[in-house]
Amino acid sequence: MIFTPAVLRSEWTKVRSVSSTMWTLASALLVTVALSAGLCALTNAQFDNLSQQDRLTFDAAGTSFSGMFLGQLAVIVFGVLVVAGEYSSGMIRTSLAAVPQRAAFLFSKLAVATALAFVVGMVTSFASFFLGQALLGSHRTGIGEPGVLRAVFGAGLYMTLIALFSMGVAAMLRSPLLSLGILMPFFFLISTILAAVPVAKDVARYFPDQAGQKIMQVVPSSDGSAYGPWGGLGIMCAWVAVALLGGYLVMSRRDA
Amino acid sequence: MIELEGLTKRFGDKLAVDRLTFTVRPGVVTGFLGPNGAGKSTTMRMMLDLDHPTGGEVRIDGRRYARLKEPLKYIGALLDAKAVHGGRSAYNHLLCLAQSNRIPRSRVDEVLDVVGLSAVARQRTKGFSLGMGQRLGIAAALLGDPEILMFDEPVNGLDPEGIHWIRHLMKRLAAEGRTVFVSSHLMSEMALTAGHLVVIGQGRLLADTSMSDFIGQNSRSFVRVRTPEPERLRDVLSAVGVSPQVAADGSFEVADMEAAKLGELAAQHHVTLHELSPQQASLEEAFMRMTAESVEYHAHSTAGLADAPGDREGAAAPRGLEEGGDGGVAGGREDGRVGDRVGDRVGDREGGREGVPVWGADWSAKRRKGSAR
Ligand SMILES: Nc1ncnc2c1ncn2[C@@H]1O[C@H](COP(=O)(O)OP(=O)(O)OP(=O)(O)O)[C@@H](O)[C@H]1O
Ligand SMILES: [Mg+2]
Repeated sequence: MIFTPAVLRSEWTKVRSVSSTMWTLASALLVTVALSAGLCALTNAQFDNLSQQDRLTFDAAGTSFSGMFLGQLAVIVFGVLVVAGEYSSGMIRTSLAAVPQRAAFLFSKLAVATALAFVVGMVTSFASFFLGQALLGSHRTGIGEPGVLRAVFGAGLYMTLIALFSMGVAAMLRSPLLSLGILMPFFFLISTILAAVPVAKDVARYFPDQAGQKIMQVVPSSDGSAYGPWGGLGIMCAWVAVALLGGYLVMSRRDA
Repeated sequence: MIELEGLTKRFGDKLAVDRLTFTVRPGVVTGFLGPNGAGKSTTMRMMLDLDHPTGGEVRIDGRRYARLKEPLKYIGALLDAKAVHGGRSAYNHLLCLAQSNRIPRSRVDEVLDVVGLSAVARQRTKGFSLGMGQRLGIAAALLGDPEILMFDEPVNGLDPEGIHWIRHLMKRLAAEGRTVFVSSHLMSEMALTAGHLVVIGQGRLLADTSMSDFIGQNSRSFVRVRTPEPERLRDVLSAVGVSPQVAADGSFEVADMEAAKLGELAAQHHVTLHELSPQQASLEEAFMRMTAESVEYHAHSTAGLADAPGDREGAAAPRGLEEGGDGGVAGGREDGRVGDRVGDRVGDREGGREGVPVWGADWSAKRRKGSAR
């Protein structure tokens, strides 16, 4: 009952008719693929200089997604602008006057934007993988190897969930600047830094991005972890669910 | 038909809308009047379920707004012309609204044509002028061909031609039997379009009346008398219990005596008159007088926070405040008028409530200053 074709169509028109959709998603794809390809080429060239340990735990599939740490920032911008752009422009009042059922409005919008992020995420992950493997030369892996298809598919899912999480946060905060000001440093700096600090590591591994990234790894990291790839994705999904619930509650409780 | 019942909205400790109850009926333009900050926009947002009422409710054709399935087909509203995404073209803006309410695409071109935006339909709304934005908002309101239309200060930022166009449009919509509800803070504007009036001040209902009744009840009439012998005329009038007000130009305004009687009285006492003319105060004045009550109520209640009943200092406070502010507003006005203003007519009108009439006096002073120009 929440989704009606009419509202979904309307949200599709909205998302395709602003240029930010195009440039955020295109940047996500290009940045991820190009950076991953560069890192793969570099790894291939420098492979013999790697430590014994690094060579043993080398993850050919995971390396071909290494550009995603930067590319995900564009996905965050996409998610934030889709939702918070309604508030910053004032469009939200026009939108809610047309669709006063808050759940129908919010979840239709999220569904359309998430579907788009899913398609772009999958194209990005498959392109990153195949280009990356081609550049890894003799160190490459194949899509048929155990766990590899899961990792490639998972990388696309990861991007989709990052978008959805950003949309939930933006629905809670209602301001593009505030949302970006919190999400960008968190995913780009704080989470990554904390994950490298010995004590904070145990907490940081439950952060949405740290947990979600497990799905892209084929060779498990050496520091024995508390959950597997799907467990990690589950933790990320829980974060997303909380963000969405929060976003919905804010939208339905507060004045537009 | 829009029905409001006890509609109340509180922002923190500010009561923006206070138990509003009235009905907006079809077939007539209903003007929604109030000074800045009276609560007009807040009321309209609650009508569309954008703001949640603190109390009371609104029903559109008997139903709550959120229960309407395709609301744009029932009620079209222009609340804020800037409520569009600047990166989207006018056409796509209207298209996404139309799609959400299953309104055919062809209707988008129609309304663009009605408001005269067809030529710029493919441009981003970011570059639109204020007037173009207003027209786009009106196009959105008309999109679902609704029976109820609501406009929040639609003439804001429009050029004379646009204003004329909008007045004509509202009248036509009402003549077609639709419900038209339009807010303004200009009485003169409403006098040209509205057949019914709802006036609010400080969130409270001040009047819910037909335009003609409002004119009948609220336009103040008085007689202007000009004489080279003001002292003698004043004595003659006081002898019969009439106290004239002195206007800025030194002429008298007599409210409680007809022109003919005044002339006879002057002739009897051989007072020379240079002017004797009945005057009708404008609607704008009537509106300001009406809303002044709510403004003065507000001023009294804030200034009198520590104002216990009978507390002389508390009662004096607003008066002092007013005199300070008055000098700033009045500038180089002669002294005689200030005493006259606070003393006579306001005291009469308010039945001598102490402390309260001060802001009302200030309003009427501004009004008379304005009419003297
Ligand atoms: N979101 C809000 N938060 C806090 N106070 C608000 C909010 N919206 C309105 N108010 C207050 O409520 C009162 C009524 O405001 P409103 O905008 O409804 O007045 P208005 O009659 O539309 O005035 P105007 O003629 O200037 O448009 C004002 O005092 C305003 O400061
Ligand atoms: Mg307003």
